[in-house]
Amino acid sequence: MRNVLPVLTVVIAIFVLWYAGAVALNAAWAHDKAKRAGVELTTSELIADTMSQKKPKLPPPHQVGAEIWKTTGAMVIKGKAFSKRSLLYHTGITLSSTLLGFAMGTALGIALAVGIVYNRTMDMSVMPWVIASQTIPILAIAPMIIVVLNAVGISGLLPKAVISMYLSFFPVVVGMVKGLRSPDHMQLDQMKTWNANSNQEFWKLRLPSSMPYLFTSLKIAMAASLVGAIVGELPTGAVAGLGARLLGGSYYGQTIQIWSALLVAAALAAGLVGLIGLFQKIVLKRMGMAR
Amino acid sequence: MTTDPVISAKNLSLTFQTNDGPVHALKDVNLEINKGDFVSFIGPSGCGKTTFLRVMADLEKPTAGEITVNGVSAEDARRARAYGYVFQHAGLYPWRTIGGNIRLPLEIMGVSKSEQDAAVKEVLEMVHLDGFEKKYPWQLSGGMQQRASIARALAFHADILLMDEPFGALDEIVRDHLNEQLLELWARTNKTIGFVTHSIPEAVYLSTKIVVMSPRPGRITDVIESTLPKERPLEIRDSPEFIEIAHRVRDGLRAGHAHD
Repeated sequence: MRNVLPVLTVVIAIFVLWYAGAVALNAAWAHDKAKRAGVELTTSELIADTMSQKKPKLPPPHQVGAEIWKTTGAMVIKGKAFSKRSLLYHTGITLSSTLLGFAMGTALGIALAVGIVYNRTMDMSVMPWVIASQTIPILAIAPMIIVVLNAVGISGLLPKAVISMYLSFFPVVVGMVKGLRSPDHMQLDQMKTWNANSNQEFWKLRLPSSMPYLFTSLKIAMAASLVGAIVGELPTGAVAGLGARLLGGSYYGQTIQIWSALLVAAALAAGLVGLIGLFQKIVLKRMGMAR
Repeated sequence: MTTDPVISAKNLSLTFQTNDGPVHALKDVNLEINKGDFVSFIGPSGCGKTTFLRVMADLEKPTAGEITVNGVSAEDARRARAYGYVFQHAGLYPWRTIGGNIRLPLEIMGVSKSEQDAAVKEVLEMVHLDGFEKKYPWQLSGGMQQRASIARALAFHADILLMDEPFGALDEIVRDHLNEQLLELWARTNKTIGFVTHSIPEAVYLSTKIVVMSPRPGRITDVIESTLPKERPLEIRDSPEFIEIAHRVRDGLRAGHAHD
């Protein structure tokens, strides 16, 4: 509980800055309106106006909070939790492609890492491509993936998941290569004295040794996967998902909608990464590898 | 009656190629180890004692000369799992229990579950760790961990035990205790033991044969056959005989250094 005070301090500081920013950025529009109406605004009237505009430049926290409640909790109460107007529905869409992409990315990442560790040719040839793949801006390649997959008749969840996979396999490859190589000379010599084959060496030594590295990679991969899913929703014509809410909001200047989608996305990422962290704690503790 | 030596090295040399030129880790080493011998290798660091042990274990390949273990090449002996190797660090897997760690080589060798159970029980008793099968390595002291690692090396009943400074990281009191237990174990199992150390008392106390080595190039300067009886209480270290042998070892070490 010692952490409560510093955490609270930071949260309060963010809110203060946020409100101050909202007043400063939204004041111009309030002045505009007053000028056209031919009235003078007192300071308190000005502040009140900046707190309740329909399309503020920077919506203050309580407006975003109200919007999030309106599109989540309130919808649940009305029994329309998964209607198209509900943010829960859109979060669900994004979550499903995030998880599918994450699973695919993790599988691909581990497979590539095993290949790189056990095959010298792959070590020399694959790693540069893996790194190069991440230098291409995802925003540029995402529409290509959607278009190409659509052309071969694949649409819906999978193309978005492929984009998530594209982003999430990278940290898994890097982490697992390091993890699978983490057993020291002595441990490998020991395996040799028992005349273990490389299969046994992998399952009994390399794979268990790599677990701390894997979990660290998975956390990064999960966050990257969510970004991939959101980016993947942009070129699909803003049908559904948090990405669609972001794009739709920016089409119509619905800043409150954008900010609420952003905050929900952040909360989703925090939740997912936290979940992996919890899993990591349990597994590594059971394996006697907790730090 | 003469029997074939268990380990035989003839004109053995090993040269490592490094950026600073060749390093002669071993040069023209000749040695025979007979069944049931307890052979210690002693010398300053860089004298090749660990390298010699690793050549016997086929963890290093000699660049010249010949080595046979149980009458066959070191590689064939390794493939036949002719020896158990104990490293300086216990190297127990943290995710396996003590029993699980001892089972590890047996699983690799495809030993049946019931035989594994029997072997684990047997070797844990040998190193006085009965009842610790279900414990995890972190629940054991350093000395106990090293005993568990010796138990693991004994588990598959190899006739040869190669130990590379197994007690080097332990304190004096624990080391004395483990030395005593090791002798007891050796007497019970009649294994052939190769033991690398840099402690003179340890070498003299344990060995039937002490091989003194010196560096640059790594070579054998003296081989001392111990005259101590097989039965050795700790007090034997105060006997004149013990002190005499220790003296000869020290002379051998000094002679090796005179070349510098």
